[in-house]
Amino acid sequence: MDKLLVAQNISKNFGEFQALDDVSIEVPKGSVFGLLGPNGAGKTTLIRIVNQITMPDQGKVFLDGEPLQPNHIQNIGYLPEERGLYKSMKVGEQALYLAQLKGLSKSEAKAKLKYWFDRLDIGDWWNKKIQELSKGMAQKIQFVVTVMHDPKLLIFDEPFSGFDPINANLIKDEILKLRDDGATIIFSTHRMESVEEMCDHIALINRSKKILDGKLIDIKRAYQNNTYDVGLIAANAQEATGLLKDKFSLTPATFKSINDDLKYRIQIAPNASSNELLQYLASLGQVTHFNEVIPTVNDIFIETVNKNN
Amino acid sequence: MNHLKLIIKREYLTKVKNKSFIIMTFLTPVIMVGVFSLVAYLASINNSTSKEIAILDESGYFSDQFENTENTTYTYLTNQTLEIAKTQSEEQELYGLLYIPKVNNLSELAEQVTFYSEDSPSLSVMNNVEDVIEKEVNILVLKNAGIDAASIQDMRVRVKAHQETYKGQETSELGSIMKLAFGGLAGYLLFMFIIIYGNMIMRSVIEEKTSRIIEVIISSVKPIKLLLGKIIGTSLAGVTQFLMWTILMGVLMTVVPLIFGIDANEMQTPQQQALMQAAGEGGIENGVAQFMMEANNLPLMNLVIMFLLFFIGGYLLYASLYAAIGAAVDSETDTQQFMLPILLPLMLAVYVGIFTVMDNPHGTVAQVFSFIPFTSPVVMLMRIPFGVPIWQQVLSVVILFATFIGTVWFAAKIYRVGILMYGKKASYKELLKWLKY
Repeated sequence: MDKLLVAQNISKNFGEFQALDDVSIEVPKGSVFGLLGPNGAGKTTLIRIVNQITMPDQGKVFLDGEPLQPNHIQNIGYLPEERGLYKSMKVGEQALYLAQLKGLSKSEAKAKLKYWFDRLDIGDWWNKKIQELSKGMAQKIQFVVTVMHDPKLLIFDEPFSGFDPINANLIKDEILKLRDDGATIIFSTHRMESVEEMCDHIALINRSKKILDGKLIDIKRAYQNNTYDVGLIAANAQEATGLLKDKFSLTPATFKSINDDLKYRIQIAPNASSNELLQYLASLGQVTHFNEVIPTVNDIFIETVNKNN
Repeated sequence: MNHLKLIIKREYLTKVKNKSFIIMTFLTPVIMVGVFSLVAYLASINNSTSKEIAILDESGYFSDQFENTENTTYTYLTNQTLEIAKTQSEEQELYGLLYIPKVNNLSELAEQVTFYSEDSPSLSVMNNVEDVIEKEVNILVLKNAGIDAASIQDMRVRVKAHQETYKGQETSELGSIMKLAFGGLAGYLLFMFIIIYGNMIMRSVIEEKTSRIIEVIISSVKPIKLLLGKIIGTSLAGVTQFLMWTILMGVLMTVVPLIFGIDANEMQTPQQQALMQAAGEGGIENGVAQFMMEANNLPLMNLVIMFLLFFIGGYLLYASLYAAIGAAVDSETDTQQFMLPILLPLMLAVYVGIFTVMDNPHGTVAQVFSFIPFTSPVVMLMRIPFGVPIWQQVLSVVILFATFIGTVWFAAKIYRVGILMYGKKASYKELLKWLKY
């Protein structure tokens, strides 16, 4: 697949402190790329380097095959984590100003803004000042300002903070629609469920080093370990538990069920098949629940970071 | 569209459209003229209460020497003892009683004149009274010595040295005062401009930091462009405000006295009065003519060009430092520790300028300070009217602009790092580290 953004061997020091150590990422065109990592890992520094806010000490960045250069700014839309707008400026004036800074002409900017304001149903805010808007409302403006110049690459740092669930959903749908329309999205967040939902590639940065990256589905496969959550109604519960314990590694499981059943988390040998387990279970009683345990991004995140530390 | 132009436009418009800016633009001249007028008005009221003074002249020398003025009426008492005159004056609530005793010789008289009054009398009244007595006694003394007072008057010679430079250019006291006034005004103007609009730039940088818009902006433009746009935009707003002030003050200064009938002469500042005095006793018309002549003598082209260069250079120098401070701190309350290094050279410049240049415009101290870039704009502007060799002026401008490039580099470094730093208390040590990032 074609790569829209390639960062090669990026290192960056702030005085004594090393913010990034030889980090490389490749963001495929049309993907939603999750940039994950604990606080202070270096994600924001990497994002700032891509935005040419900070220069790397070492390493190169390519956008669409070309080395990064100043006019690439027009192809990038960036929603920083620390964001805000001029409080005493009117919404419309401000959006026009920011659009023009991104290289749009005044009339282009007006047309784009009209489209987005209508789309998000915020047209009547045009003449309001930011300080008259609620935080969520201001965030919507901020979103529009980020995407209005149709950038190829969109970078969102914690895009959902400050939104209620309804608006967060609305913004999520807009982001996915932008991807469907051809944009590539880099997405940095601590909300693992939205990574799960939206990202198809991830990179994990910890203590200024990249410790994991790839297609989300491949990573999950790598972390899957033949474990199943099982619910069973057996005539003799104690006997069934004993028999299972002898054959497999067994831990208690917690999942919701309306039956008064036994709940196990069972790991089978790597070469064993799930059918064998299922058949064996059926011989012991009535199977009410059978589910392969797929590692969540959350689990992978915690496990990898802890291992790395 | 050009980023810099966009930024300048936004900075300018937000400043100019800001409510407090508009209010200050219109209110300041009103307040200033109002205070001037009030002072003048109060002074005129103060003088207008008429004073009645009784005179008991036992010597007989002063039968008609005291003439009534607008504010003072003199009444002669006759055939009364001092005691009665005193009680009477007190009962009638007169301003005072002037007692001139009978004396044997004139020199005694000078020491025995007494002025009785409720409280201690005003300085101007006493001066007036003493003047009259002195004059009369003088004439009498001369007469006694057999000299005609009128011929003495004729013999008096007033010395007025003719001043000329070696190159044959005429100079005069009035010229010196005008030069001082011009230089002082230019220096002071720059000083005020730096403080007012430097602060405005600093606040505007802090605002972008606290509103967290800064990262959004600098993902579109280079920080140095934002910095320059801010400085230029704010300066243009400052120039606009200054122009408005000048125009409004001018209009108010002419209109207000007309409406309230205040004598313009009473609104003169001491400097203006000194100027008028220096213009000589040749009357206003002569003074104006001389004033014009002196103005012509000033190196006007040189002054205007250098004023612009030093004003721009000096202002930009300090403005970039103000911007750096704004970037280094999180809120205006944190700026204190960094203000001193800015204000100190500025104050120094103004005081050195006033004290050394007034005394000797080409003295060593004045010369040295007119080359140090942080003080040169003020000090050199004060010196130039007195004639500074062109090479000195050019050298000073070059040093100033070279330093300006240095400070902009410094400010841009601090700015680039500082605007993205939140919550970290900046210290000088921290700032030094930022320079290496």
